[in-house]
Amino acid sequence: MKSIYGLLQPDAGEILWNGQPARPASPHEARRLGIGMVFQHFSLFEALTVAENIALGLDSPPDRRVLAKRIREVSEAYGLPLDPHREIHSLSVGERQRVEIVRCLLQDPKLLIMDEPTSVLTPQEVERLFETLRRLASEGCSILYISHKLHEIKALCSRATIMRGGKVVGSCDPAAETARSMAQMMIGAELRTLSRRGARGVSEPKLVVENLSLPADGPFGTALKQIGFTVGAGEILGIAGIAGNGQTELSQALSGERRVRPAGAIRIGAKPIAHLSAEQRRLLGLCTVPEERNGHAAVPEMSLAGNTLLSARNRMKLAPGGLIRAGLARGYAEQVIRDFGVKARGPEALAGSLSGGNLQKYVVGREVLQTPEVFIVSQPTWGVDAGAATAIHQALMTLAQNGAAAVVISQDLDELLQITDRLAVINLGHLSEARPTAEISVAEIGLLMGGLHGTEPAAAEEKEHAVHVA
Amino acid sequence: MDMFVLIAATVITAATPLLLAGLGELVVERSGVLNLGVEGMMLIGAVTGFAVTFTTGQPALGILAAAAAGAAMSLIFAVLTLTLMANQVATGLALTIFGVGLSALLGSGFVGHPIAPLPKLSLPVLTDLPVVGPLLFGQDALVYLSVAMTFGVAWFLMRSRAGLVLRAVGESAESAHSIGHPVMLVRYLACLFGGAMAGLAGAFLSLSYTPLWIEGMTAGRGWIALALVVFGSWRPWRVLLGAYLFGGVTILQLHAQGIAGIDVPPQVFTMLPYLATIAVLVIIAAGPWRGRLQAPAALGKPFRPSI
Amino acid sequence: MSLRIEPRREPSRAMVWLTPLIAIALTVASGWLLFLALGLDPAETLYQFLIVPVESFYGWTELGVKAAPLILIATGLAIGFRANVWNIGAEGQLIIGAVAAGAVALAFWGEEGWWILPAMCVAGALGGMAYAAIPAFLKTRFDVSEILTSLMLTYVAVQVLGLLVYGPWKDPDGYNFPQTRMFTDAAVLPILVEGTRLHLGVLVAGVIAVGAWFLMGRTVFGFQIQVVGQAPAAARFAGFSRKRVTWFSLLLSGALAGLAGTFEAAGPIGQLIPQLTPGYGFTAIIVAFLGRLHPIGIVAAGLVMALSYIGGENAQVSAGLPTAATGVFQGMLLFYLLAADVLVRYRLRWTSAQAKPVTVS
Repeated sequence: MKSIYGLLQPDAGEILWNGQPARPASPHEARRLGIGMVFQHFSLFEALTVAENIALGLDSPPDRRVLAKRIREVSEAYGLPLDPHREIHSLSVGERQRVEIVRCLLQDPKLLIMDEPTSVLTPQEVERLFETLRRLASEGCSILYISHKLHEIKALCSRATIMRGGKVVGSCDPAAETARSMAQMMIGAELRTLSRRGARGVSEPKLVVENLSLPADGPFGTALKQIGFTVGAGEILGIAGIAGNGQTELSQALSGERRVRPAGAIRIGAKPIAHLSAEQRRLLGLCTVPEERNGHAAVPEMSLAGNTLLSARNRMKLAPGGLIRAGLARGYAEQVIRDFGVKARGPEALAGSLSGGNLQKYVVGREVLQTPEVFIVSQPTWGVDAGAATAIHQALMTLAQNGAAAVVISQDLDELLQITDRLAVINLGHLSEARPTAEISVAEIGLLMGGLHGTEPAAAEEKEHAVHVA
Repeated sequence: MDMFVLIAATVITAATPLLLAGLGELVVERSGVLNLGVEGMMLIGAVTGFAVTFTTGQPALGILAAAAAGAAMSLIFAVLTLTLMANQVATGLALTIFGVGLSALLGSGFVGHPIAPLPKLSLPVLTDLPVVGPLLFGQDALVYLSVAMTFGVAWFLMRSRAGLVLRAVGESAESAHSIGHPVMLVRYLACLFGGAMAGLAGAFLSLSYTPLWIEGMTAGRGWIALALVVFGSWRPWRVLLGAYLFGGVTILQLHAQGIAGIDVPPQVFTMLPYLATIAVLVIIAAGPWRGRLQAPAALGKPFRPSI
Repeated sequence: MSLRIEPRREPSRAMVWLTPLIAIALTVASGWLLFLALGLDPAETLYQFLIVPVESFYGWTELGVKAAPLILIATGLAIGFRANVWNIGAEGQLIIGAVAAGAVALAFWGEEGWWILPAMCVAGALGGMAYAAIPAFLKTRFDVSEILTSLMLTYVAVQVLGLLVYGPWKDPDGYNFPQTRMFTDAAVLPILVEGTRLHLGVLVAGVIAVGAWFLMGRTVFGFQIQVVGQAPAAARFAGFSRKRVTWFSLLLSGALAGLAGTFEAAGPIGQLIPQLTPGYGFTAIIVAFLGRLHPIGIVAAGLVMALSYIGGENAQVSAGLPTAATGVFQGMLLFYLLAADVLVRYRLRWTSAQAKPVTVS
């Protein structure tokens, strides 16, 4: 995509545009050809306004007042209304994507490239986006839609090309295929279906959260409002939600990075822990995997051995008396590498040199091998290849089978439907009631994510068996 | 009245080098780069301006040379931090240390040689107005330049396309790059501008404020200018306000001894600008307006184009 | 053909130790050119600069005397830099430390007692520590840049010293020169080697360097400092407190700077004067970087920088090199080091392909 958009220069081969060879040398040239791109990670500027952001993406933007008018017109015409004078940081994620799209639309694109656009949208917002895209297509615009969500591709696309490992491995007509057969083409191997976990009987509560409230951390944070849930031994609770609704704050409150009052708001069994530090909680058996593996869960410039000291130094006794025992740290890192199949040169390899999937396996393994009683993990398989994702999911389920209580905070509904026993939805700092995963439908989750608690979905939804694809 | 004119004139001349250097650094920081070498660049500008004016007798040449010299110094900084991705804090410090040493070396032949100060403007009717005349219409070129540049930088940042691109680069170099804006070029140009302005600030010191060359004559003004950028929340008119407030502090330093009448050691007054800088930084950071102080989000972070 | 900068998969360990040597070589080469430009004989001047100071045993002890304060301060600074805490005001902390020690020396002037010297050292360290506490407090409480506050305080410290030495502490028998009385024998550091100026402080500097090596390499606290500096979010995850590390770094470097100031006042100078050091607090920053923020490297770098001071003085006397040239060299050395540093994380490649730079963030 970056080659088509002019950000990268290919080493060989050709691109034909309307039958003529084209080599856009910059995004500017790509835009001149009529190509627009909406990135997965938005190219937006938080402190600037919507109009300024759009102007930056246009090659010869009109006068400010004219531009503001055009933004209003176009955004409303396509069902994505925007106020040109608002600053980006005050917009929700869905609204920010609108800015990206309107920015492309104002250039009258002939080809619109969309890179994983729905990972940050509620199911209802996804429908709205699809309507916009169908309308664009009917007006003659070509759309190149990149996604790993096969049911979306089936719903939206007329043709599909499948890539694996940098090569094209097939193409198909999505209407003629099933999600499963497309997944098989993507992975190129026999697909394992992890069976849905059966409903569990009531077990003693291991992690109890009651009336957890936390003020926002800075002007861009989200406050937590009276969150409550329990997780029993051997149970996996999923917390679904779009990023920015309090997941980070919840993870920090549970892990101990931020302390909360009263101390009883978070309890392990009967013991209040909300006032304890992260290290104190680890000693009590609560381990965490934060959302960001690079820079938060691990220090990229340090070795895997060194990184074990971040969370395992006390529980695994790697540094008694404050003195680091390098041999012990290395040994623990080796164990993680072995047991979790981390592809690394050894415990001395720098964390930053590992691929995303391998680093995530290391980070998860480092916590799991500490045999925690309570395990909190955020976005466990985000940006991770299919093989590593399976390994991580398996590790989570094994952990639960051995009696731990686990909380999985994730944006990936497929993942949550796959591995959790009960599911709750977090929205604007509120948590919905946790319901058994087997009983809840995707549409209902979508409504909860959008903030309408307790509303019945309009039509009965047929639940598809979630296919395990990362 | 004469006292008032004298005091006001002191304020203006004390504020001008701070304003020039501060505006330059403001543009640099708005593009996301932190250049701590302002003190070194000012000294190089001071010695170059002095040396050229002394040898050629043309202050205009001296001023141009000072700006060029400041820009040349900032080019070293830019190559190291932008292309070679060296740590910006360390490189800025290196620039200061190098600038202090190099200016002392270059200036060693000029110590103790006075020159004529920069000519003050003399407009037909305006300069003869009582009080306002010499104050507003009788300053030298660099004073007017500093105010004009305040207008210019403010307009550039908020109204021009190039200024918008520069602000975007300072908020998120990655995003600007994805859209296709030339991040490196913008930052290079910003650095050169900052260097030129610092050079001009130094030239003002050695050509107008005290028409002499003395080793280390900036006495920390470069650092105060850095603090002013923070004080001004990266906005040009506030930097001007800050610079003039500091001019006010300088009055105390120069005139208070006579005014107070108490026997206070001179060192106490010399300390004032530095203590005032600390006070100002604390007030800005601790005040109720804390949430509104937003540094450019990408400030100090090196930019590496990624796949 | 173009030169491309490609990231290495892992930083090159060899380059970490090679780059200071490359920087030194480039500085010497630049020195050659500089001497030519100044109309001096480059070979002779370089000889005076680099070789003569270490030709005698006495020369080596002088090297130690000059290197000791640099090593002492740089050790503290390096720990701070690792934590991303930038103490630029070591010069000011040095001065205040010397003032505090001087206060003890002058208060007990003329008295005998083994305890005077240790008391001075404690006072000096505490004085430097207290002075560094100001930027530490402002940083942790108000998030004010420690770079600016510590630097401003340096200018203030210079004035404080001047105030005392021109005023209440002026030597009554000193012909009105701005200086305090010479310290008595009880307040002066013992000399380690007869006939030289090699004082106890040099030994202390070495011991402190070893201690820092142990702290950073072997203890959890040293690990904490590095994590805070490299990944603040990971530090929170690990339960490490950034505020505690900030306080520790500033207080430690302040104490060491204050101690260095004490050693200077109680050692080679023997009194308080307005110009206590030729800017050791700033040169120590270069020493810290040249030594790769590692205690062993800092010892070597301290000796190299000491050589630049002594060599500069030497060349001034014998070859007419202006004193300011030393500052130019020191600045150049740091520049070359920062430039050469790119070789640690990136490699240079000549390519003929048209491809745009492919780099990984």
